[in-house]
Amino acid sequence: MKAFAYVSAPDVATAVRAIATEPRAKFIGGGTNLVDLMREDIERPDTVVDISGIALTGVEELAGGGVRIGAMVRNSHLAAHPLIRSRYPVLAQAILAGASGQLRNMATVGGNILQRTRCPYFYDRAAACNKREPGSGCDAFGGFTRNHAVLGGSESCIAAHPSDMCVALAALDAVVEVESVRGVRRIPLVEFHRLPGATPHVETDIAADELITAVELPALPVATTSRYRKVRDRASYAFALVSVAAALEVQHGTVATVRLALGGVGAKPWRAHEAERLLLGAAPTEESFRRAAAAELAPAVAQPHNAFKIELAERTIVATLAQLLAAGGAA
Amino acid sequence: MRVNGAVQSLEVEPRVSLLDVLREHLGLTGTKKGCNQGACGACTVLVDGERINSCLALAVQYAGREITTIEGVATGGQAHPLQEAFIRNDGFQCGYCTSGQICSAIGMLAEHRAGAPSAVTEHLAAEAVELSGAEIRERMSGNLCRCGAYNGIVESIQDVAAGHADVLAAAR
Repeated sequence: MKAFAYVSAPDVATAVRAIATEPRAKFIGGGTNLVDLMREDIERPDTVVDISGIALTGVEELAGGGVRIGAMVRNSHLAAHPLIRSRYPVLAQAILAGASGQLRNMATVGGNILQRTRCPYFYDRAAACNKREPGSGCDAFGGFTRNHAVLGGSESCIAAHPSDMCVALAALDAVVEVESVRGVRRIPLVEFHRLPGATPHVETDIAADELITAVELPALPVATTSRYRKVRDRASYAFALVSVAAALEVQHGTVATVRLALGGVGAKPWRAHEAERLLLGAAPTEESFRRAAAAELAPAVAQPHNAFKIELAERTIVATLAQLLAAGGAA
Repeated sequence: MRVNGAVQSLEVEPRVSLLDVLREHLGLTGTKKGCNQGACGACTVLVDGERINSCLALAVQYAGREITTIEGVATGGQAHPLQEAFIRNDGFQCGYCTSGQICSAIGMLAEHRAGAPSAVTEHLAAEAVELSGAEIRERMSGNLCRCGAYNGIVESIQDVAAGHADVLAAAR
């Protein structure tokens, strides 16, 4: 690992001032992704600004019924929090489906949102990767593509977004708050991550000098009937092949409210807008679930090793919605 | 930082991991380096009672914290109940993952006692979760054992969870 200068920031103002004056600086929270990437020589900051001591550690109920989550809240603490378990179970389940107990104790909410892809060609400095080195090409094409995206990819990059937590946040209409010396911005989670297009190295809407300070969840009564379902190559401690975050409310025999997002298949956390549009007002039957899932996956582009993800995603959507229906979505 | 109860004053480069500080600077080689990328759990230690992967931790970020390694889990010359249970139940073969398994299990049992759910917990809103074999396997999935001693590991943890909660509290 390349040597770097270390700055410990006691508060947000100090942190954003420190990063504003250092062009090749990075924030470090839990370090579970950044330390690994630095050891692999993929991230090479000159300065690391430690934000792990900043007191952005609250999980607070907002006046309108939403919840504000500090960016330094550890993943494990958020998943265990009573407000999240009771009102947004899909978020608790998504976090618990990711990584391991040890990593969840280290990883922060802000860091989880900014974690980078686990595409093996991104990690392998001997391979071509437009994300790591713009214009160098992409060795995933023609390579081993079992874990790659089928939605939202481009000719430059088909890396899948790795986060479970972000899939739930996408379904829940979460808003990310960022701060810099220039002020505070609020970005909807579904607009926070960018599709690769011709610039896969630009992964998010956040500027290099902006710090994630909080995530806000709106009041969302339907989220009490929500669920995260993850399909992977082993039973635990593996990234998703396919995952589904869903919330469902049925009234008078039709779908009154639905939230649906996909993981493992998308170049970013994938909010399933098309499926939601078709489901809204439809009868909650397996047939309509299947039609909505197929419509969402219709634009999918498969590679030789990941074509199975399209049908797997459709089936997982149908199964998750059926589970929610049985669990009280019809209440 | 305090390591196994003793204050340690160290000067290290910011890029040095907590794992390397423990092993190379303090000579506490009970904590193992397996993958050095957060995938195997052999480096698991407790920080203020919570389990973490020390390989992905920059030591400088843990200044002032209380670190417990496998060398610090016994009390007064008496092996930790989990250490005894691992011997009794054949919870290892080669032993390389064992210190991480035991530190992880101590942290995991504390998480369970505090009411934390897991990915296999069906009723998330329930305050208490029964620590079944499936719960233990899920909660311990961050610790790999290439010898495949998982049955003995799960039995060891079940033994201790059933009978020695008070001793576990003392070991934190």
